[in-house]
Amino acid sequence: MTLFSFLGAIEIGLIFALVALGVFISFRLLRFPDLTVDGSFPLGAAVCAVMITGGYSPLLATIGATLAGAVAGLITGWLNVKLKIMDLLASILMMIALYSINLRIMGGPNIPLINDPTLFNQLQPAGIEDYVFRPLLMCVIVVLAKLAMDWFFLTERGLAIRATGTNARMARAQGVNTGGMILLGMAVSNGLVGLAGALFAQTQGGADSSMGIGTIVIGLAAVIVGESILPSRKLILATLAVVIGAIVYRFFIALALNVDFIGLKAQDLNLVTALLVTVALVIPQLKRRFAKKH
Amino acid sequence: MKKLAWAPLGAVALAITAFAPAQAADMKSVAVTAIVEHPALDAVRDGVKAALQAEGFEEGKNLKWQYQSAQGNPGTAAQIARKFVGDKPDAIVAIATPSAQAVVASTKTVPVVFSAVTDPVAAKLVPSWEPSKTNVTGVSDLLALDKQMELLKKVVPNAKRVGMVYNPGEANSAVVVKELKTLLPKMGMTLVEAAAPRSVDVSSAARSLVGKADVIYTNTDNNVVSSYEALVKVGQDSKLPLVASDTDSVARGAVAALGINYRDLGEQTGRMVARILKGEKPGDIKTEVSSKMELHVNPGAAEKQGIKLSDELVKSAAKVIQ
Repeated sequence: MTLFSFLGAIEIGLIFALVALGVFISFRLLRFPDLTVDGSFPLGAAVCAVMITGGYSPLLATIGATLAGAVAGLITGWLNVKLKIMDLLASILMMIALYSINLRIMGGPNIPLINDPTLFNQLQPAGIEDYVFRPLLMCVIVVLAKLAMDWFFLTERGLAIRATGTNARMARAQGVNTGGMILLGMAVSNGLVGLAGALFAQTQGGADSSMGIGTIVIGLAAVIVGESILPSRKLILATLAVVIGAIVYRFFIALALNVDFIGLKAQDLNLVTALLVTVALVIPQLKRRFAKKH
Repeated sequence: MKKLAWAPLGAVALAITAFAPAQAADMKSVAVTAIVEHPALDAVRDGVKAALQAEGFEEGKNLKWQYQSAQGNPGTAAQIARKFVGDKPDAIVAIATPSAQAVVASTKTVPVVFSAVTDPVAAKLVPSWEPSKTNVTGVSDLLALDKQMELLKKVVPNAKRVGMVYNPGEANSAVVVKELKTLLPKMGMTLVEAAAPRSVDVSSAARSLVGKADVIYTNTDNNVVSSYEALVKVGQDSKLPLVASDTDSVARGAVAALGINYRDLGEQTGRMVARILKGEKPGDIKTEVSSKMELHVNPGAAEKQGIKLSDELVKSAAKVIQ
């Protein structure tokens, strides 16, 4: 592996760490199987690309994309809480709706950002190569996002969201507005995904209507790999595990791209991903079985 | 049992140490990536390889060839781009727009040759259709609409109203519609649109054209191509001839098509790659469009759709489907 592809794996891993944090909120904290992310990721990219090409500053565009993602999550939550549509179905509805909405926002299926200003090239100091600077800046963004998330989920409201996910009936008995907590949790989750989409568009040459495909699988894979590497019930460690999981997952992809020597080929990539997630899912079970015997 | 949890990290360490093998000095290396595996894109890839071989670059002998498909996943496309740029090959071939954008965004130095990109200028891969003066050039699969409309005139000489079934959500189709709106009036014809946002809408969209159009033209719209038989049925029932823009649709029941052969497009791309391997700068090579368009005709389908193709047209076809 070259330095370039090593740093590339870290950079893309950090971008998808934001997706993984979002997926962690919906799947783990709220227990809401949320496929909206396949739509909110390209939504973030679309809003960001349209705003940047429309002359807004990249910072404003990135914030706009985050808010757009949050709104998408809010609508999924609303479909579930207010219209009583099953959680998985509500998120599927939102996901397919976002495909059309993204086409509308972009006015076509693709907006390139190859020579436009981005957060990355605007902040890049002289004397440092872009492929080194991008993972550095991503590192700062992810650490900030993780710390903000840790803080938020320790506030009273954050705890109420976690209580809603753990035991909704008990939470309601304690006076928690569980519907409101689902809406808020979904908004935060998809806001993070929208942010990831915006950063992805700014580093990878633009927004494309097809770029959401498989986002949820990548997010889940990162969460599961992270949890098996660093199993912890403490939120601060759990979010760290998710970030590590996203980066480790990218190294596996990089490995899969470099494995001519084992005889694996390009078309085996998705299989490698599935195997990886399976192994990560099986490890905790093996551990449990092993612990029982001794 | 704590050790087992660290197994993934061990594999990562392995990944880091798995450095690319060193290359001999006279070896040229070409790295090819596509956003997804699909017959047309695979044909481009195979064409590139065949053309390189014809130009004297043979895999294993003096050519290191690698191919990676992103399997439709944008994160993977980005990572493939990074891997290729890091490998510093003599040229990267990027097939289809998203892959090409990911590669072009990753490097300003490694030569990049894109292929099967419909509008490389709109995709900002190159600043214009002239030599780019950057590290990027390539071959576009833009259809020469004027030539296609000339064919349409030959097939249905008295056509005044050209019907078109397409998905408004598909960029390639939107571009064609926009261009036809300016091109057709110059040829004394008008465009009649029928939207088919899903492939199941193709049949009813085609029926809405009966009485409003003299001929139906189809581009390579995915919805339309995937349910071409539905169009053929309407064409036969209401004697509305179909003119396609991809040669494969002729075998399925279109009267004629003047289209791109993606294998040829790949070979054209491969010849461009060979020029770069031989020392030319990508910035000095003009972006090309497909140089070879093939005419396929189907006289049987013509008869069913109420017209007769001229002998001259049938004789000039590269392939006649009986």
